[in-house]
Amino acid sequence: MIQFENVNKWYGTYHALVDVTETVTQGEVVVVCGPSGSGKSTLIRTINRLESIQSGTIHVDGRNIHARDMRLNEFRSRIGFVFQQFNLFPHLTVLENCTLAPLQLQGLTSAQANERALALLDRVGLAHKANAWPANLSGGQQQRVAIARALAMQPPLMLFDEPTSALDPEMVGEVLAVMRGLARDGMTMVCVTHEMGFAREVADRILFMDQGKVLERATPDEFFSRPQHPRAQQFLADIRTPFATA
Amino acid sequence: MTELIHTYWLYFLVGPYPNGPLGGLALTLLLASLALLLGMPIGVLLGIARVSPYPALRWPVTALMFIVRGTPLLMVVFWAYFFLPSVTGHKTDKFTTMLIALVIFSGVYLAEIVRAGIHGVPKGQVECARSLGLGHWRTLRFVILPQALRAMLPSLLNQFVLTLKETSLGYIIGLTDVAFIATQINTLVFTKPAEVYAILGLTYFLLCFGLSRCAQWIDRRHTHVIKSARHDPI
Repeated sequence: MIQFENVNKWYGTYHALVDVTETVTQGEVVVVCGPSGSGKSTLIRTINRLESIQSGTIHVDGRNIHARDMRLNEFRSRIGFVFQQFNLFPHLTVLENCTLAPLQLQGLTSAQANERALALLDRVGLAHKANAWPANLSGGQQQRVAIARALAMQPPLMLFDEPTSALDPEMVGEVLAVMRGLARDGMTMVCVTHEMGFAREVADRILFMDQGKVLERATPDEFFSRPQHPRAQQFLADIRTPFATA
Repeated sequence: MTELIHTYWLYFLVGPYPNGPLGGLALTLLLASLALLLGMPIGVLLGIARVSPYPALRWPVTALMFIVRGTPLLMVVFWAYFFLPSVTGHKTDKFTTMLIALVIFSGVYLAEIVRAGIHGVPKGQVECARSLGLGHWRTLRFVILPQALRAMLPSLLNQFVLTLKETSLGYIIGLTDVAFIATQINTLVFTKPAEVYAILGLTYFLLCFGLSRCAQWIDRRHTHVIKSARHDPI
């Protein structure tokens, strides 16, 4: 479903992505992990062209996403993207957040859009908050609305960019539960996350990145019990004993 | 002072009307309201053009803004008064002349406020709208402008107050606005300039003060939305 081929990205002289060649297949749940600044977020943001690349190619659904005849908005509408900071539209109610794009881009009537949005809000457990303002929701609730909003476009692919990193610890679980449900239903997902429990349980494959390179790709089992690359071993040791000094 | 008001209140309010053209406070208010009514959409359009991804749209507007911002309103009034007829071929009446000058002038300043407001909306909002598949215009229309306009409200009202006061420059081209009428009254009465101009000053003050209070009231009513925008972690 997604193919990276020799993708390189620079921020000025900083080499943010180094020769990334990866494939994500339909229905797969891929977790991207690694230390901060390793290029995970950059990588996931290149998939819907929020970030440009300087060389290499990215194909989604068999199409080169940098092709000249690419219709960017239509392409993006078929990829759900969930941000670390939720980015709910503060001037719209929860329901309106979820109906804006379907109304504008898919030509739904407001009855159809509302019905679809309410079903999704129900799925993330927030149907009763449909008429609330985003500001009156907790972080966990906002992120669940953000997921419902992304799903409202019925995308075959969902990207998550550290969806739980801005949340208080007690709210992480409710968001992960929604994501777990999606994975179970066969959604193709790419998640940048530090939630190793989630990765172990849900991921089909784990990519470990550092300094813009994918250093290791493995099943969760292999990755957590027999990491091959020294940097991955170090990373796992660090997150398991966060207070240990080197 | 009461005698002054008693004798001239009608003249002060409407000028020579109904025996002549409308003037006085009514004309000032009409001019200011029309300038705001026409200046606002022009300001929004110019502001949008200023952040447009198309250089062909952005550059001429940017040039216009630098020219107008580097010029006193009086100059713009003179242009509208002397230059415009030589282009259009027929004389524009004073009211329209002043209106055009005010709309251009306030439009440009409003555009800068709009631009600042647009830039003030967190980047994540734009990224999010775009990643949902909304294009540049829909993102502006449904996500950015509604937030930007609310955040801009105090600055907008401030500009409206300025425009209201600037109508008094119509005096220079002989527009019979409230300032012009006050001068007329002063000439007629001759002995009470302090009183006449105190009343004029008080009139401007009350209008502007009222507008500012209005802004505060509206601002408070929208606080829940604005607050939420500010409290969103960026």
